[in-house]
Amino acid sequence: MSRSSHPRRFLGLRLERGLWLTLFLAPALVLMLVFTTLPAINALVYSLFKWQAFKRGAFAGLENFQRLFAYPFDQQFLRALSHNTLAFVVLLVVQTGLGLLLAYALWKHPPGLRFFRVTVFLPVILSLVIVGFLWQLFLNPLFGPLNKLLHGVGLHALALPWLGDPATALPALLLVNVWRWVGFPALVFLAGINAISEEYLEAAKLDGASEGQVFRHVILPLLAPSFTIIVLLTFIGSFEWFDLPYVMEGVNGTPAGATDTLALMFYRLAFGTVDAGISDVGLGAAVNTVLFFLVLLGAVLGALYLRRREVEG
Amino acid sequence: MSRLMLSFLRVGILALAILGTALAQSLTFWSWRPEDKEFYDDIARQFEAQTGIKVVFTAYKNTDYNTALSSALAAGSGPDIIQTRAYGGLAQLADAGYLLPIVSQEVKGLDKFPRTLLNAARGYKDKRLFGVPFATQTLGIFYNKALLKKAGMELPQTWGAFLGTLEKLKKAGITPLANGAKDGWTLEIMFGVVGPNFYGSTGFYNEVVGGKRTFNDPVFVRALKEEAQLTPYMPQGFMGVGYDDMRTLFINEQAAFFIGGSFEIGYFRAQNPKLDFGFMAAPPLVQGGRPWVSSFADGNYSINAKTTHKKEALEFLSFLASKEFGQQFTDKLAQISAVPGLTSKDPVLSQVIELTAKYQTPYLMLVGFRYQNPTGSFLLQNGLQSLLDGKATAEQVAADITKGVATWYAPFQGK
Repeated sequence: MSRSSHPRRFLGLRLERGLWLTLFLAPALVLMLVFTTLPAINALVYSLFKWQAFKRGAFAGLENFQRLFAYPFDQQFLRALSHNTLAFVVLLVVQTGLGLLLAYALWKHPPGLRFFRVTVFLPVILSLVIVGFLWQLFLNPLFGPLNKLLHGVGLHALALPWLGDPATALPALLLVNVWRWVGFPALVFLAGINAISEEYLEAAKLDGASEGQVFRHVILPLLAPSFTIIVLLTFIGSFEWFDLPYVMEGVNGTPAGATDTLALMFYRLAFGTVDAGISDVGLGAAVNTVLFFLVLLGAVLGALYLRRREVEG
Repeated sequence: MSRLMLSFLRVGILALAILGTALAQSLTFWSWRPEDKEFYDDIARQFEAQTGIKVVFTAYKNTDYNTALSSALAAGSGPDIIQTRAYGGLAQLADAGYLLPIVSQEVKGLDKFPRTLLNAARGYKDKRLFGVPFATQTLGIFYNKALLKKAGMELPQTWGAFLGTLEKLKKAGITPLANGAKDGWTLEIMFGVVGPNFYGSTGFYNEVVGGKRTFNDPVFVRALKEEAQLTPYMPQGFMGVGYDDMRTLFINEQAAFFIGGSFEIGYFRAQNPKLDFGFMAAPPLVQGGRPWVSSFADGNYSINAKTTHKKEALEFLSFLASKEFGQQFTDKLAQISAVPGLTSKDPVLSQVIELTAKYQTPYLMLVGFRYQNPTGSFLLQNGLQSLLDGKATAEQVAADITKGVATWYAPFQGK
C-alpha cells in the first residue's frame, strides 16, 4: 500500500514514523558526533597550540603552519602531496577504468559469471594487512616468486627490488591497491548497468547502434551517478592514503620518502616513530588540518561539478 | 528504586571498593616487550616474596606502545612504573612533567651506574634523572664461523682486510653481507658500526654536539662513503631487502656477516640453536689500531609522576637496579643489563660486554640528535637510502643532515 494514497489518515503514523526514525538514527548520530566530528574539530584546534609530548601548551597561533611550510617540512609535504595526487590520477584511470571494463564484461553474462563476480570482489574483503604482507612476500627480491620467475626465464635485468627501488616502489603500491580495490568500482558499475532499463538498450539496438555505440552513448551517460560516487571515493581514498603504504613501506615512506603520503607524514609527526622520530603533535595536527581542508574542498567542488554533469547527461 | 535494586547497588559498590583496595596495594607496570612477559612475571613474584608488594605487568605491542602510553598519560592516568625509551624518547615525557624525578640516593645502587648511561635517563630541558636504565646495546659485526671456515678465511684484522674478505666470499659464491636497505633504521645501525672509525668516534661526537663541527665535515662525508662502498657485498636487490629478510639470511647461514646490534643475540640463538656465530667490532683502519663500537642505553624504568605509591615504586626500582635482577636480565633475556659489573655465560654476550667496556662511543644520532624533528636519525636514514641507491652523493646527504638538524639545533645555525 503506497503512502500517498492515504496521506491524511496516515499523518499521525507518519509523525510517529519520523519519531521512530530519529530514535533509530540518534545512537549512530551521537556516536558519529562523539567519535568522528568532535575529534576532527579537536585536531584542528590542536594545530593552533604548542605541544610538549602530549601535553598541550600555550596558544601558538599559526606557528605550526609556518613550520610546516618552511624547510625541511615544506619539501616533505610537497613530495607527499605529489604522491597523493599521482595516486588519485592513476587510480582514477586504471582502477576505475578496469572496474568499468570488468563490470561490463560481467554484465554480458560470461560463462562462470558467479565465479568471476566473487573473484573480482574477493580481494576487497581480505584484510589489508594480509594483502600487504602477501604482496610483500610476492615482490620480495630474495624469496619472492616474481623475481624467481624472472630469473628463471633469464630476465635478470627485470628482477628489481620492487618495493625498495624509488622508481618502482610507488607504482608497485598502486598496483597492489588496484588489485585490492578494483572489485569495488566493478560492483558499483555492475549494479549501475543492471539498473538501466532494458527499453533504452533495445531502442538503441533497434535504431541500429553498434555495441560500442550503445556502451558509449547509452550506458556510460546513464552510469553518471555511479561515476560521481566512485570518483569522490577515489579522491578521498587517494588523499587519505595510509594503510597500504604503512603496511608495505613503513611510516617513513621508504625508500627515502619515495612512498610518503600526507597521512603517513601526519602520523609520523604526531605520534613519533620507534626508530627515528619524536612526536610533534602540533606539526602533525597542522598537516592534518591542511589535509582536511584539501579533501573537503576537493570533495565539495568535485561533487558539485559531477552532480551538474549528471543532470546535463 | 526497588529494594532489590538498592541491595544490588550496595553489593556492586562494595565489590568495586574491595577491587580498588586490592589494586591500590599493587603496582602497575607497562612495557613494549610482550616477549618478556614471562620474565617480568617471574621478577614480580620474586619482588612480592621479598617485600609483599604486588606488581602487575602489562605489555603492549612495540608499535602500539607510544600511542597507548601517551593516551593514558594525557588523560592523567597510566601505570605506576613505565618502561621508557632512552634519550629523546624519555626526554620528551620528562620535560612534559609526566615522569617522577629520581634522586639517586632513593634508588639503591644507582650511583654505581656509569654516567653515560644515566644521561640517557635525563630530560632535554630538565636535566634531573627520570629513570633507571635497563639495558645497553652495542653495535658490531656478527660473523658465521662455519661459512668463514668453509671459504678458508680468517677473521679480518683491518678494515682493508675486511673488504678483501667480503670480496673473496663473493667470488666463492657466498653472500658476504646479510644487510639490506629497505628498512632505513638498519642503515643507521650499519653507520653506527662503520662510521666511528672514519669520523673519529667520541672526539667528533663531542665536537659536533658542541657545535664546533657539523656533518659537512670531511670525516663524516668519508664515513658515509665507506658505508656506501659495502653495497656490492649486500644481497641481490638489497634495496628491497628488509630487516626480516636480513635476519632470515643470517639465521639460515645464507650470508657470512650481519652488521647489527647486540639485541639480535637472543633471537639468533632461539631461531637457530646450531648457528655458530661470533661478534666483532668493525676492524680498525690499521693493524693493531683501536676499534670503536657504538653503544647506547636501550631504555629505562621510570615512575609516573601521578603515582600514589611513590615509596613502593622506588622500592621496585631499587630491585630493578640490583645485581640480582641484572644477572637474571642478562642470563634469561640474553641482553646486556645496565647494572654495572655483570658477566655472562654466553660467549658472544660476554664478548659484547668486553668490547663495550673497552671501546664504546655514543651512537651518534640517537644519543645526540634525536630530540626534535627532523631528527638526525630520520635525515641519516633517508639520506643513506638515497646514497646507497646512487641517487645522492655523500656530500649532498651530509649537507641535508646538517641543514635539517640546524632547523632546531641552535649550535648549527648559520653554519
